Amino acid sequence: MQSTPAHSFLSAAPALTVRKLSIYFGQNKVLKEVSIDVSAKAVTAIIGPSGCGKSTFLRALNRMHELTPEARMDGEIRLFGEDIYARHVEPVIVRRRVGMVFQKSNPFPTMSIAENVTVGLRLNGLRDRKLLAERTEESLQMAALWNEVKDRLNAPAISLSGGQQQRLCIARALAVRPEVLLMDEPASALDPLATQKIEDLIIDLKKDYTIVIVTHNMQQAARISDFTAFFYLGNLVEFGQTAKIFTNPANKQTEDYVTGRFG
Amino acid sequence: MALAVFVLIGLIGYELAKGARASMHQFGWHFLVSTDWDPVNDVYGALPYIFGTLVSSILALIIAVPISVGTAVYLTELAPHWLRQPLIMFIELLAAIPSVILGFWGFFVMVPWLHKYLAPSLEKTLGFLPFFKGHNYGPCMLAAGVILAIMIVPIITSVSREILRSVPGLQREAAYALGATRWEVTRIAVLSYAKKGIFGAIILGLGRALGETMAVTMVIGNSPYIGSSLFKPAQTLASIIANEFNEAPPVGLYVSALFELGLVLLGVTVLVNIFAQLLLKTFAGPSVKPQP
Repeated sequence: MQSTPAHSFLSAAPALTVRKLSIYFGQNKVLKEVSIDVSAKAVTAIIGPSGCGKSTFLRALNRMHELTPEARMDGEIRLFGEDIYARHVEPVIVRRRVGMVFQKSNPFPTMSIAENVTVGLRLNGLRDRKLLAERTEESLQMAALWNEVKDRLNAPAISLSGGQQQRLCIARALAVRPEVLLMDEPASALDPLATQKIEDLIIDLKKDYTIVIVTHNMQQAARISDFTAFFYLGNLVEFGQTAKIFTNPANKQTEDYVTGRFG
Repeated sequence: MALAVFVLIGLIGYELAKGARASMHQFGWHFLVSTDWDPVNDVYGALPYIFGTLVSSILALIIAVPISVGTAVYLTELAPHWLRQPLIMFIELLAAIPSVILGFWGFFVMVPWLHKYLAPSLEKTLGFLPFFKGHNYGPCMLAAGVILAIMIVPIITSVSREILRSVPGLQREAAYALGATRWEVTRIAVLSYAKKGIFGAIILGLGRALGETMAVTMVIGNSPYIGSSLFKPAQTLASIIANEFNEAPPVGLYVSALFELGLVLLGVTVLVNIFAQLLLKTFAGPSVKPQP
């Protein structure tokens, strides 16, 4: 690797190192040579106007964009030093190490609350009931949902409210103990109270997890993240400590965006 | 709309009941459990035909459901895109074959093949089961089951495919994001989400199989039979009506008994559908209803 690039200002080893990542959909280059270091046990927010490539960037981090038939990528992404696009690496394994929470909550409707939490573990072949129960409680505790559902773990997941469903999805992602958690506008479909809960939860989770969150909501990015990356038209315009990006951005476009002049 | 359907079924039922009045009066409920069918002595009973109808349809489902659901899953989840459209067209073409043509093919191609190859090998390997005991002489229950299966594969496949296509992409992504393989995604995110709708698709197929007449009549052998062997000729409610309607004098007990068979067929079909609806209600899960 080259000498420490300007976009790296971390002392500890980053969880994810992204180098010259470009993504194409057919002829369309939607992400242009993006390089970022995502620091471990911190929240990194990705902001930018719609269509700037921020979701695409996120989905490249766990190889989800590969599900789009005509998607293609260039560049390199390393997870704790390991190239996740290396030929011998299965996307399935990458996705177990890099969990994801989506914009709209998507619990499995035919499963109960507990089954939703343990589904990833069961996919990994875990059958021990006691262990599954332990992990269910642990994950629901972490997702700040345990107290609300502990008496009805066998109720269908869709009996929960929207905000609870989203926290259930977070618990589901946490249950497999991923190294990184990706969140694609996890609170954009929720009311302010439920949003508040999710934000508190994210701040809580960063003690143990590396979190990358895409958000439309700049106040949210300012509130919960340690680092912020501003994307525009597929380019990474600016990346730095959140406090700096929001108070003293180096780039005029960033300034215009965070002050609400466009976007 | 739903009311109109009820009224229509009611009217058809009424007409059938009117035609069947003499037979109903003569035999009462005994008609349903009697195995006699003797136009010479004017004694009639429906049991072998009810048996034939149910067994041939269930046999058809046993053969068709794995094929149809498998094909639907393959088409929506696994097949390369260039292959999907041709395959779909092929399956829909299968539905367009007139049943009498299928019956022809069944009688002249399938039944001899079944007699020559399939039946002996089944007898050899699975002969210890009561279903494959006895000798096969050609047209039989098994032939009817196979031909019915061919006829209901297209409808179950295309309705199931629609159901599977209506499963939200977000469900699949949820499973992929947990590190599920393609097959696991299909199992936990797609099939379990769609099972209620697929069940509905199967019932649509069953409804078709119960009432199917022409092709079945041509390959089933048309001899009343109640028993476990699938190698024996049998007869269904629909096939005996088709076979004997011309022979029966326009008035009298004979034709009235045929009318009553029609009423029974209608009843069986309606009952199966009601039963299926009730079963459907006990399934947990979101309702992705079939929209044929």
